[in-house]
Amino acid sequence: MAARLLDVRDLRVEFRTRDGIAEAVGGVSYAVDAGRTLAVLGESGSGKSVTAQAVMGILDSPPGRVTGGQVLFRGRDLLTMGAEERRRIRGAALAMIFQDALSALNPVLPVGAQLAEMYEVHRGMSRRDARRRAVELMDRVRIPAAGQRAGDYPHQFSGGMRQRIMIAMAMALEPDLIIADEPTTALDVTVQAQVMELLAELRREYAMGLVLITHDLGVVADVADTIAVMYAGRIVETAPVRDLYRRPAHPYTRGLLDSVPRVDDRGERLYAIKGAPPSPLALPSGCPFHPRCPRAQEVCRVERPPLYEVTADAGADGRTSACHFWKEELHA
Amino acid sequence: MPEPFDPRYDMTEAIAPAGGRGGGGGGGGGVGGGPMDLPASGPQPLKGGPRRGPWRLALPWRGEPGRRSGGPAAPTGRGLWTDAWHDLRRNPVFVASALIIVFLVLIAIWPQLIASGNPYHGDLARAQDGPAPGHPFGYDLQGRDVYTRTVYGARASITVGICATLGAALLGSVLGGLAGYFGGWWDTLLSRIADVFFGIPILLGGLVFLSVVTSGSVWPVVGFIVLLGWPQISRIARGSVVTVKEHDYVQAARVLGASSGRTLLRHIAPNAVAPVIVVATIALGTYISLEATLSFLGVGLKPPTVSWGIDISSAATQIRNAPHMLLWPAGALSITVLAFIMLGDAVRDALDPKLR
Repeated sequence: MAARLLDVRDLRVEFRTRDGIAEAVGGVSYAVDAGRTLAVLGESGSGKSVTAQAVMGILDSPPGRVTGGQVLFRGRDLLTMGAEERRRIRGAALAMIFQDALSALNPVLPVGAQLAEMYEVHRGMSRRDARRRAVELMDRVRIPAAGQRAGDYPHQFSGGMRQRIMIAMAMALEPDLIIADEPTTALDVTVQAQVMELLAELRREYAMGLVLITHDLGVVADVADTIAVMYAGRIVETAPVRDLYRRPAHPYTRGLLDSVPRVDDRGERLYAIKGAPPSPLALPSGCPFHPRCPRAQEVCRVERPPLYEVTADAGADGRTSACHFWKEELHA
Repeated sequence: MPEPFDPRYDMTEAIAPAGGRGGGGGGGGGVGGGPMDLPASGPQPLKGGPRRGPWRLALPWRGEPGRRSGGPAAPTGRGLWTDAWHDLRRNPVFVASALIIVFLVLIAIWPQLIASGNPYHGDLARAQDGPAPGHPFGYDLQGRDVYTRTVYGARASITVGICATLGAALLGSVLGGLAGYFGGWWDTLLSRIADVFFGIPILLGGLVFLSVVTSGSVWPVVGFIVLLGWPQISRIARGSVVTVKEHDYVQAARVLGASSGRTLLRHIAPNAVAPVIVVATIALGTYISLEATLSFLGVGLKPPTVSWGIDISSAATQIRNAPHMLLWPAGALSITVLAFIMLGDAVRDALDPKLR
């Protein structure tokens, strides 16, 4: 089998804090192929952003440290690569979109200059050519009057426009893979849909791989091919998007799905998973979800569930679930 | 291929025709946040401030306000520096201090403009005489014209102030910036060295270091002030870089493949330089008074250099019978120091309104 576009294997990240060592990512594996979208779903603090930072090589270190695993990009391990080689890959082949475009754009540079910089740094283009390409790019992400707005500063754009510029910047060199870290969280709902649509369209057009990090189930339903659900620094379930929505194989996923407000049960109390996510400094024994799990048994307190292959009568391949009782959950 | 703009995708963004753009929503980034109706002004030098963002001037679509035709006086792009300049122009403190400083710099370069006499020429017969026609400030102990000497004294003060500030700001921000950016042992080493220089009492240090210097030129004094002044700037620069380094756009620059040097120069430095400019401008005033103090004590500038400090020193013993000898150079010194400190205050208010 040909090397996958991005193959994260058993990645482990820990943070040294004053109170001890926090295991933020405890053995995460996921993979994306060209032209596919993987959504990484999880609450705040579940380790989904830290995983992405480790992949991009922008982990704050210290205190953060990658303690194990591999990040294979086209079969080559980014973690063991030299700094200079890795820098060349970043931006050109591997790009990232940040959550808050206002803070991710340099406030003292006009946006056109920041876009043009991509071409100057990576392609060695002249300033004039780079500028022309920057305007084309802004046009491509549907910034109205792009030629005139190229000289404007980030704070002069609205939130949706800024996120488009952020997307344009990540798209500039037509990378093979984009990691989008909650790209629509800072936007209001109508703009969210436009931005997601733009992102999905660009992904199709350039046949890129996309890793979409989010906590919003509504965002991923339309655009993702596969979903990986993270909890307490681990992947608890992976499944093709439709299977996951139809028949979750992990109680946590079911809890998340039940928490989504529905239009048809107006006026009822919203469902919430009881309890709070565990502190990474003091993970519960056994299955980290057991204190909050409606299905928890004695075995859950003692034994950490491995990632089981979910197969057989479920009729769906390539699914995994880290629950001792995935069969029962699946047929619930 | 760029696609034609599709209004379907833009229900939330109000699109005005070119020229009438109403600025973006959000607007969280605007420092100062002045009204939007400022007239489009071409590049204007920021007086007093050492720099006006060359990173803006260099851009091909900067500085051609006429290009955005249509619509009356569209506001051009407004970053921190445009905003700051907009605020400064309307600040009477800034205008007053800037005018004084421009005047001082002019007479420092060309004292002949307003003083036709010779600052060295003395007429002992008129020693300590009061004001006379053509000699409005009177005569000093050697019978030299106090007015001429006061005017010529500006040169030493301004030279020392500007050169020492430039030196300290350059050295301090380079060392502090690198320490803040790279951190680790380099940061620790530099901070400890800075602490050592902080620990040297300025006057004691001046008496020790400068008493062995026999040259009468301004350069030993400039060097001494730079030596003791850079740690202050480097601390500010370090702190500022450490803060800016954490921002998402620096991460973004790294993620998109910018090298360390590029990140530091293009993304961190322009965002971190404001506090350094503020501190340096205020320090300029104190450096001038430091020069006068050292000269007063006899270890700074030495005769025949004309300096307010030297004149104040020789006048101090005569204060009862010839107070005019003391008042004029001392007054000139006070006004100069005050002007620079006021300028620093105004620049600080403009660049960092949060400090107000």
